[in-house]
Amino acid sequence: MSTFESLELRGVGRRFGGVDALADLDLTIKAGEFVALLGPSGCGKSTALNCLAGLLPLTHGEILLDGKRIDTLPPERRGFGMVFQSYALFPHLSVEKNVAFGLQMQGLPRAQIDARVRKAIELVKLDEHVKKLPGQLSGGQQQRVAIARAVVLEPSLVLMDEPLSNLDAKLRLDMRTEIRRLHQSLGLTTIYVTHDQEEALSLADRLVVLRNGRVQQIGTPDELYESPTSWYVADFMGYRNILPATVVSTSGDEAVVALPGTADGGVRLTGRAVGALSAGDSVRVAIRPDDFSVSSSAAEGLGAGAIPGAVSVVEYQGRELAVGVQTGDTMLHARTPTAPQVGGAVWLTAPVERVLVFPESLDAAVPAEVAA
Amino acid sequence: MSGSRQQSRSTASLRHRLAERGVDPALLMLLPGLVLAVALFVYPFSYGIGLTVQPTAEMQAQWGGGAFANYVAFFRDPFVFDSVWLTMRLALPAALFNVLASIPVAMVLRHKFRGKRLLTSLLVLPITLGTVLTAQGLLIFAGRQGWINRTLLEFGLIDEPLRLVNNYLGVMFSLVITGFPFAFLLISSYLSGIDPSLERAAKTLGAGWWQRFRRIILPLLAPGLATTFILTFVLAFSVFPSARLVGDAMGSTRVMSLMAFRAFGEQNDYAMASTIALMMGVVELLVVAAVLGLRSLLYRGTTGGKG
Repeated sequence: MSTFESLELRGVGRRFGGVDALADLDLTIKAGEFVALLGPSGCGKSTALNCLAGLLPLTHGEILLDGKRIDTLPPERRGFGMVFQSYALFPHLSVEKNVAFGLQMQGLPRAQIDARVRKAIELVKLDEHVKKLPGQLSGGQQQRVAIARAVVLEPSLVLMDEPLSNLDAKLRLDMRTEIRRLHQSLGLTTIYVTHDQEEALSLADRLVVLRNGRVQQIGTPDELYESPTSWYVADFMGYRNILPATVVSTSGDEAVVALPGTADGGVRLTGRAVGALSAGDSVRVAIRPDDFSVSSSAAEGLGAGAIPGAVSVVEYQGRELAVGVQTGDTMLHARTPTAPQVGGAVWLTAPVERVLVFPESLDAAVPAEVAA
Repeated sequence: MSGSRQQSRSTASLRHRLAERGVDPALLMLLPGLVLAVALFVYPFSYGIGLTVQPTAEMQAQWGGGAFANYVAFFRDPFVFDSVWLTMRLALPAALFNVLASIPVAMVLRHKFRGKRLLTSLLVLPITLGTVLTAQGLLIFAGRQGWINRTLLEFGLIDEPLRLVNNYLGVMFSLVITGFPFAFLLISSYLSGIDPSLERAAKTLGAGWWQRFRRIILPLLAPGLATTFILTFVLAFSVFPSARLVGDAMGSTRVMSLMAFRAFGEQNDYAMASTIALMMGVVELLVVAAVLGLRSLLYRGTTGGKG
């Protein structure tokens, strides 16, 4: 197997017609790492992947593999494996011929090709289907062929472009486990592009959250999940309640904020400040649905931090119920084990350390018109 | 869809049951087409076949064979039978050239670049010219006193005018000018039906441009190439105006349609003219069948693109 020590992206950027699809991407990837590029569509994650694969030329920066520049090499000479969202299997070639294609391009002897193809097909459990054409396979099977075709070359780097987005929910979970298993058993360095934070959190060793072509935060799943550095990242990490607010006062790393638009306009919340804040700042407050406690009476212990509202939606979700609480003109999401009455008045509270207060501005460096 | 409901006696109305078998008033829309097909194709065609077995007395006396005297004449008379070879000699290379030359042009024109629309328009424009206009243009441009020869003579590159028209070459030029745009348009649309991510995948698997073309594009394009070849071949095979106007009508470009016209217009032998026309169809069908036979060996499923 071709191995390397590190892959380094230095200030990588790509412009399309005067607009930065990707800018100033600095990232160092160690061998064996599983890195996920995460963000909504148009954030530049696929651009980054295509730049790495060599399918798009860079407009800025350089890519180094163990200190040697590779961004000037054509894709066929980089030796990276790529798995496409649309699978991109060759429709006229059988499963085994699809998998053998890359090895044939390397001009390996027939016997060696056959042995490696058989091993790769066993790895993705498609032994019974070797003679079939891609059109005769299900979506999940096709994706497994695409993965086998990429990993059979034992590439130094595997690039995956939203490989699971065309599969149904159940199959997606199975394939996720499959990809994780393959990565662990083969130790292949992988860069994985997705817009699904659950996929990214469960698969990756490290996540890169992108916004408008720029990095918002890089970290381990745990770091991103527990301590997002901006409300944009928090939004991606399951903080479903993102509320605009104004800072009233700060003390230490705690901040008291006032929520506008609530029933009496005077609800105060205390939370943990992320970044430097001072009184009067516009902020965004982020709270996970499961961190809210739903109480049907404004009992003594709730104090000033309780948000009053009316239950508008109750969804059954197995062990718990998802509750939509209308407060003023915003809908808050909470989870509770006991079903509240639809239309009934409730109060929502959350522990101070679970309420994150972020500056409203995401990135001073991002020009206003791009940020929109 | 409807089968399971009809296991026991259907209670649906007759009209409903007929509709389930595809018989409904919408079928009436076929009527105008059917009438036209019968009046303008089926009847004249059958009449023509009937004519071929009613040879004139002279033909019977000269070639024997009774009712099949025209067919005997077709195969025995070298002046007539050689026209099969003369037509093939024009139509096969012309069709082959048009298809092969279209492939690289269509490949290049898949990409976006400045002036692409202009270039495409220029390539397709000749399709709007009639064969007669093309022939006239060729005579003026490439004739003995044409611009090409005058220019070449002026610069002293040649001593006497090149013979570019009124021979095999002239007809070939004309077939390429009218046939190429047609082949190019068809092949472009077949190419756009191939999912571009297949080529990207092949790139990441280490395939250079020739391997990508040879192993991925060509096999997926081949059925489309076969269809394009058939259509341009049939167009070229029935060449008539240019064979007469820019060709050597009684010599190297004595094509089958000219022979049929000669029997009809000069000898007033409708029966022999019909026979030659029918044999033209038979020869074309043989070539088409051969190409389709080869095509059936190729991959014929989806090519993954927009179709």
